[in-house]
Amino acid sequence: MNETTGGVEMDEEVSGVVKKFLYVNRKAPYGTIYALESLEVVLIAAAFDQDVSLVFMDDGVYQLAKGQHTKSINVKNFSPTYRALEGYDIEKLYVEKESMDARGLTAADLIVPVTMLSTAEMADLMESQDVVLSF
Amino acid sequence: MKFGIMVNEGPYTHEASDTAYLFAKAALEKGHQIHRIFFYHDGVNNSTKLTEPPQDDRNIVARWTKLAADYKIDLVVCVAAALRRGIRDENLAEGFRISGLGQLIESGIQADRLVVFGD
Repeated sequence: MNETTGGVEMDEEVSGVVKKFLYVNRKAPYGTIYALESLEVVLIAAAFDQDVSLVFMDDGVYQLAKGQHTKSINVKNFSPTYRALEGYDIEKLYVEKESMDARGLTAADLIVPVTMLSTAEMADLMESQDVVLSF
Repeated sequence: MKFGIMVNEGPYTHEASDTAYLFAKAALEKGHQIHRIFFYHDGVNNSTKLTEPPQDDRNIVARWTKLAADYKIDLVVCVAAALRRGIRDENLAEGFRISGLGQLIESGIQADRLVVFGD
């Protein structure tokens, strides 16, 4: 099995097609596995040369929060991986302003540069996508 | 229309896999195509043949196996998610195969719509 492309042999059918993929992260980083496994999908997706965007909303905004200390709950702090996304050409990161406001967070509290969108702007972004995966 | 389907929750605990199944069946009966059904997160638990529900309940795993046989559907279980949860080839129900996350991305590229079932 090809590890970088997650079991897919790149062939004529897949190569050349570029779709807009949006990954919507809505859950806190720990407590459930959704955030971690979402990140695993995003890293594989990078190998497919698609147009990738990430959205963080609801408790999902906590995934990007600075100062995650997970030692005492015995799970790995995977937040540094978000900083590595740039190296995979994944640079379109959006957070929902209303979610940030409700949790008392500002852009300065996040580990990566993001674009802040209102709920209405978020709806437009989702509307413009080909594939929306929600985690 | 050609659909891709993603199932993100385990059977019985959550209705997502029931809804995904009913959606897939209805779509196929209407003449649509299903490119692939991809099982991720606890959704991988839909694929274990060790499942043994009470007699008077639906058998979710057997139902997927039958759907795959009747309509030649590609049922793919994510390898990383599966290994985490003790799903391997040895206990994989008929009709399923284990492969990588790339199968999900490919489904998103090739299908007209990718429909996600989960929380």
